[in-house]
Amino acid sequence: MLTSKATSDPRLPSNIFLHSNFRENTERMAGDLELKLLGSWASPFAMRARIALNLKGVGYELLKEVSGTKSELLLKSNPVYKKIPVLIHHGKPICESMIIVQYIDEVWAAAGPSILPSDPYERAIARFWIVYIDDKWFPSSLRTLRGLNEEAKAEAEEQLANALPLLEDAFPKCSKGKDFFGGETIGYLDIALGCYLGWIKAIEKMTGIKALDEAKTPTLVGWAERFCSGDAVKEVMPEADELIEFTKLIQAIMNAAPGRQNMHVSKNDR
Amino acid sequence: MEKGDVKLFGIWSSPFVLIVKWALRIKGVEYEYIEEDLSNKSNLLLEYNPVHKKVPVMVHNGKPIAESAVILEYIEETWKNNPILPDDPYERAMARFWCKFVVDKLSPPIWRLFISQGKEQEEAYALAIENLKILEQELQGKMFFCGETIGLADISIGPLAYVMPIYEEITKLKMVDAERFPLLCAWMEAFLNSPVVKDSLPPGEKLLLKYRALRESFLAKGNK
Repeated sequence: MLTSKATSDPRLPSNIFLHSNFRENTERMAGDLELKLLGSWASPFAMRARIALNLKGVGYELLKEVSGTKSELLLKSNPVYKKIPVLIHHGKPICESMIIVQYIDEVWAAAGPSILPSDPYERAIARFWIVYIDDKWFPSSLRTLRGLNEEAKAEAEEQLANALPLLEDAFPKCSKGKDFFGGETIGYLDIALGCYLGWIKAIEKMTGIKALDEAKTPTLVGWAERFCSGDAVKEVMPEADELIEFTKLIQAIMNAAPGRQNMHVSKNDR
Repeated sequence: MEKGDVKLFGIWSSPFVLIVKWALRIKGVEYEYIEEDLSNKSNLLLEYNPVHKKVPVMVHNGKPIAESAVILEYIEETWKNNPILPDDPYERAMARFWCKFVVDKLSPPIWRLFISQGKEQEEAYALAIENLKILEQELQGKMFFCGETIGLADISIGPLAYVMPIYEEITKLKMVDAERFPLLCAWMEAFLNSPVVKDSLPPGEKLLLKYRALRESFLAKGNK
């Protein structure tokens, strides 16, 4: 319902819904590709899976979910959460972004560098920070985008101020002098944190908050630049301006139709 | 079996501490258990888990690991005997998925129905039942969530096996009845009677008192 309204509304920037919806993709799917990913361009969680697949050099078909709708395939393959990303391998669905990344690492262990560290303790450290990032920090930061009032701004600022110095501190211990949390190459924790960088830049522009500050977290600033320029990341990281447009669009729609409670925007999808 | 110095910081009533104990028991790992007083946390705990200052924390050869789900994976990867995860990557992903499901979808409404009343409790109850049905479905054709033996998912879901009956007793709301949830009931019995879990539970009467007091304090807060 939302999709058809959006594509016919002349006020809305046409480029946001340039991405084809699922129905078009099924027609192109005539060949039997064994690896598909249900995702969307704005979702940091879908990006995690895409980075992992890129790191392993694995080809896959990207099926783009459109904001505000859930395709039949999504509902069928992730009935519990009804969210992207979903990786479908030989017809079997795998859900939850970091579970997908670990699956990719295990299945394509021989292809490309290891995504997870090989040492169990280092794996535990990475997993600990991922739980922290996903459970404690970013979801609530994203929620503050719903209101761009002073209170929301202050909340986002506080959360970022709490979380980032901890990660700044953790970096040397994880990287051991190399470029990434994972060492020489992008690893599990890099992917988990790095996927948010597009949104972090968007939040910085929208709110004027300096999240990644050279003065406060110089190591993370350097890491962020290296992460975003990595081959596996460049093509899948959305631009901050695109995300800002997207946010404004969603807010406009929500303001115009107060009855729409269950907007399924990709930024909430896991 | 790898030897090493293993310490576990916990409190007697925490289900998260208990799942770590179950995993260590499956692997036959000996450890020193340190009971914490959460109103007066030890310096060691604060040093080992400075970010959250919570239990459980496991310390292996001086290196601390926090977050129960993280500790379970560490235990599985460090002690290779009696694996709690299957070899197949897809089955592993599924086991991890169910662990997350319990945390994300199942425990929250069960907790909410326990600490609330009236309409809020009714809504939480309905959501809890809906999600319990998903678990019931998952048990089709299996004794345990991980197949023939207790695995990672069973351990993670495990606390519900002894906590739900306590909540039922206190709130007088029946959640897992044999008619609607025959497979879950069978799983709970098999799980609680298994060698891993038997005699490991916190003392029932003490737990009942503690949870009763908890519910009362939440209801009192809600009434202010």
